Amino acid sequence: MTAHSPTWGSPDTLVGSTPASSGPTPRGMQGQHGKYSAECGNLAGVRHIILILSGKGGVGKSTISTELALALRHAGKKVGILDVDLCGPSIPRMLQVQGRAVHQCDSGWVPVFVDQEQSIALMSVGFLLEKPDEAVVWRGPKKNALIKQFVSDVAWGELDYLVVDTPPGTSDEHIATLEALRPYKPLGALVVTTPQAVSVGDVRRELTFCRKTGLQVMGVVENMSSFVCPHCAECTNVFSRGGGEELARHAGVPFLGSVPLDPELTRSLEEGRDFIQEFPKSPAFPALISITQKILDRALAQLS
Amino acid sequence: MEEVPHDCPGADSAQAGRVASCQGCPNQLLCASGAGAAPDPAIEEIKEKMKTVKHKILVLSGKGGVGKSTFSAHLAHGLAEDENTQIALLDIDICGPSIPKIMGLEGEQYVEDNLGVMSVGFLLSSPDDAVIWRGPKKNGMIKQFLRDVDWGEVDYLIVDTPPGTSDEHLSVVQYLAAAHIDGAVIITTPQEVALQDVRKEISFCRKVKLPIIGVVENMSGFICPKCKKESQIFPPTTGGAEVMCQELKLPLLGRVPLDPHIGKSCDKGQSFMSEAPDSPATLAYRSIIQKIQEFCSLHQSKEENLLSS
Repeated sequence: MTAHSPTWGSPDTLVGSTPASSGPTPRGMQGQHGKYSAECGNLAGVRHIILILSGKGGVGKSTISTELALALRHAGKKVGILDVDLCGPSIPRMLQVQGRAVHQCDSGWVPVFVDQEQSIALMSVGFLLEKPDEAVVWRGPKKNALIKQFVSDVAWGELDYLVVDTPPGTSDEHIATLEALRPYKPLGALVVTTPQAVSVGDVRRELTFCRKTGLQVMGVVENMSSFVCPHCAECTNVFSRGGGEELARHAGVPFLGSVPLDPELTRSLEEGRDFIQEFPKSPAFPALISITQKILDRALAQLS
Repeated sequence: MEEVPHDCPGADSAQAGRVASCQGCPNQLLCASGAGAAPDPAIEEIKEKMKTVKHKILVLSGKGGVGKSTFSAHLAHGLAEDENTQIALLDIDICGPSIPKIMGLEGEQYVEDNLGVMSVGFLLSSPDDAVIWRGPKKNGMIKQFLRDVDWGEVDYLIVDTPPGTSDEHLSVVQYLAAAHIDGAVIITTPQEVALQDVRKEISFCRKVKLPIIGVVENMSGFICPKCKKESQIFPPTTGGAEVMCQELKLPLLGRVPLDPHIGKSCDKGQSFMSEAPDSPATLAYRSIIQKIQEFCSLHQSKEENLLSS
C-alpha cells in the first residue's frame, strides 16, 4: 500500500510532457513501457552497460559513477548515466544539472545532457521532482515501475557506455534494474567499498547478490582509502586500509584500485566541476584514470 | 498532510484504487480490495507490546554511510552506562545490518545486562549471506521484530534504519504509530551532497508527522594525528548542518569530529566512548546523548500531563 507519493501529475497530462512540473503518472508508465519495450529500441544503440553497486551507503557509488563517466568522456567516449537511486539521487548535483528538465520526444524521454557536445547524458528521478527537497516516499512496487520505465523509455541514442548508479542494498531497485537490463547483457558490475570492516561486511553481501543473479563482477574499487593532511603531508588511513583488496582476494574477483580521500575531489563534486579535466595533479586522479583504463580494456576484450 | 499529492486518494480512503489516477498504479487492485482501509491488526498488538517500552527513538538519514549505525551504537552504549537504564537496540537495516559487527556480537544478543540488540544479522548463517528481499518481505520482518521479540521492560528502544525514505521507514513509523515514537535523530555529514538527501528525510518526517529531536553532524572536520591541525575532508560548502538547521528550524544537537579511532572501535566491536573517554568525539557524543535524554523526559512529562488532564 503506497502511502504517500510525491506529486503525481494530474491524470490528464501526458507523461513527461512537462516533467519538471508534473512528474510521471502511473498511467503513463504502463503505456510508455509497453510501447517501447516491444521495439527493444531505446537501448539498442548502447554498447556497454556497467552497474555501480555497493551493499553499503555513502561509500562513493555516485562519486565513482560520476568520475568514471567524466574519465570515459576524457577518453573520447559517449556516456550515459542512469541514476536509479530514487530516494537519494546525487548525480544531478555532482554534474551541476540539478533543476534541469527532461523533455519528451517520439521515442521517449530525452535525458539531460551535461555539456554542449552532448557527450554525457543523464537520467535521474531528481529531474522529475517539483521541489529539490521533496522526499520520494515510495514503497517497492512504485520504485520498480519507475525503474522499468527508465530502462525502456529513455531515448539514449548512441552511447559507448551506460553507467547505472544504484542505491545501497540488495532490494527492490537492484532486482528491478537487473531484471530490466538482463536482455541487454550488462558488461558487469563495479563494486565500491570503503576500507573498514563494517563496510566490507555489507559489500560481501553485495557480491553474493551478484553471484546469485548471474551478474559478472568486473572488480572491486576501494574508495576513501587514505587522507594526506594538507598541512603536514602525513598520510592517515581515516577509514582503515586494505579492506577492499582483501575482499577482492577473498571473493576471487579483480581489485581495480584504491581512490584516496581527496578534498579536491569532494569539492569538485559539491560544485559540479569536472575533476578529471581540472585536477590532474591531485592524488585521486591517477587512481581514477587507472580504474577507467581497466574498464576500457575489459570492454575491448569482450568485443574481441 | 498537506503535501500528499492531490490525486492519490490514499490507501485508507474509500476511493482507494477507484479514481482515475489509480489507473496503472501497481497497488490499484490491493487498494480497491479495501485491504488498505482496515488497519493492520499488528499495529494494536505492537501497541500492547510497546507498553513496557518507555521511549522510542528512530535514527534516520536520507544518506548512506553518514554514521547512523555508529551513532545508534554509541547512543545505546552511552545510555546503558547507567546500570538502572534498560536499553534495546533494533536494527531494521535488513539488507545491510551493521549493528552486530559494531556492537561486537557474534551470535550473542546482549552486550551488557542492560543492553539488548536485535538485527537480521543474527538470523543469517554466514557473513556472505545476502538478504535479497523486496519491500513486503522486509516489512514482514520489521513487523515481527516489533511484535514478536520479547522486549521486556525497556527505558529506551533505539531503532537504527537504512538510508532512504522507503519501505522500512514507512513500516516502522506505521507499526509504531499507535505506540508513539518520541522522535527521530537525523544524522548527516557536512557536505551538500549529503545534506540534499537529508532534507528529503526531514520532508519525510514532516509528511508522516514524526517529531524530530534534532540533527547530528558527523565526520565534522578531521584532526591530523600528527600536526593536530584540522582539515575538512567533507567540506561544508553550503554551511553544513548548522545552516540547514537554521533554515528548517531544527535543533542542531552537536557535531562529532571525524576521528579514525571511531571507525576502528566499530570494526573491533567496542565502544569508542570507553576506549577514549577524554577525546573530543566522546565529549560530543555525551553532550548529544544528554540532549536526547532531556527531550525524551520532556516528551514523557507532556504525555503524563495529557493523561492526567
